[in-house]
Amino acid sequence: MRTTLAPFAALIFLLAVSPSLRAAAPPAGNPSRGAEIYESHCGACHSLDANRIGPKHRGVFGRKAGAVPGFNYTRALKSSGIVWTADTLNRWLGGPAKMVPGTAMGFVLSSPQDRADVIAYLKQQK
Amino acid sequence: MMIGTRRGIISGGARTLSAAGLFALMGAAGSARAAANPSQDLALLNAALALEHEGIAAYQLGAESKLLQAPVLQVAVTFQGHHKQHRDDLVAAIKRLGGAPVAAKSEADYAKELNAASLKSQTDVLKLALKLERGATNAYIGIIPTLGASDLHTLAARTACDEAFHTAILANALGEAIPQKAPLFG
Repeated sequence: MRTTLAPFAALIFLLAVSPSLRAAAPPAGNPSRGAEIYESHCGACHSLDANRIGPKHRGVFGRKAGAVPGFNYTRALKSSGIVWTADTLNRWLGGPAKMVPGTAMGFVLSSPQDRADVIAYLKQQK
Repeated sequence: MMIGTRRGIISGGARTLSAAGLFALMGAAGSARAAANPSQDLALLNAALALEHEGIAAYQLGAESKLLQAPVLQVAVTFQGHHKQHRDDLVAAIKRLGGAPVAAKSEADYAKELNAASLKSQTDVLKLALKLERGATNAYIGIIPTLGASDLHTLAARTACDEAFHTAILANALGEAIPQKAPLFG
């Protein structure tokens, strides 16, 4: 018996043309909620304007990873070549050690919505 | 009420044992991965140690500020003592893995980083302590998926519980409403 993909053609076409079906797009971020999450989840180690356990975050968008003056980065992050964008920050916050093995940043923000909110907040901190 | 047959209980038990065996195997695989790459765990433990150094310094700044009433000061010193025990636990874990524990910065550095000059009242000190404790609770929970060794999962979870205890006391002292929505952390 000859099999045909014809019955699935419409589905295959949809998968091919629709990015939302191929990979779930990150949710839209809410910067106000992101500010609260930043305070309660990131604030143990980070501040906007002071290097602490982690580097300061103001102006992080568009910055090269490992480039804040005066902060002692791991070699792994410094040599990663990453530039911080919404996409790279989303991957980083979802699994920093998977993205850059050897990093000292181990904190995982597992909820995609929480990540989107924090990223929207950080984008405003210029 | 359902009462299972002997055969059903035995076969159910077998299924349970199979699942338990699978989890045991998964745990063994996880430990093997951690043993193969302790440097990642070391980096995370040292970051946690830096966090504890900062927490100890924050309570020291609060204690020396002369802003705290006697009963509050007593609580602050007790919480600082917990953080010193966390520090010692982390130092021991780092040394067990063959690493070098990160040293504390100077009190002046911490005062600058934590903007201690802005603390003008007991409430200001408690708010800073609450922010750090709440953040530390979430930080310890947040590193558990990245830590490889299962004994370190226990260490991080145990420490997170201590930080959550501190958070609850401080939030209560500041009159914060009890959160209505769980989970409260993580």
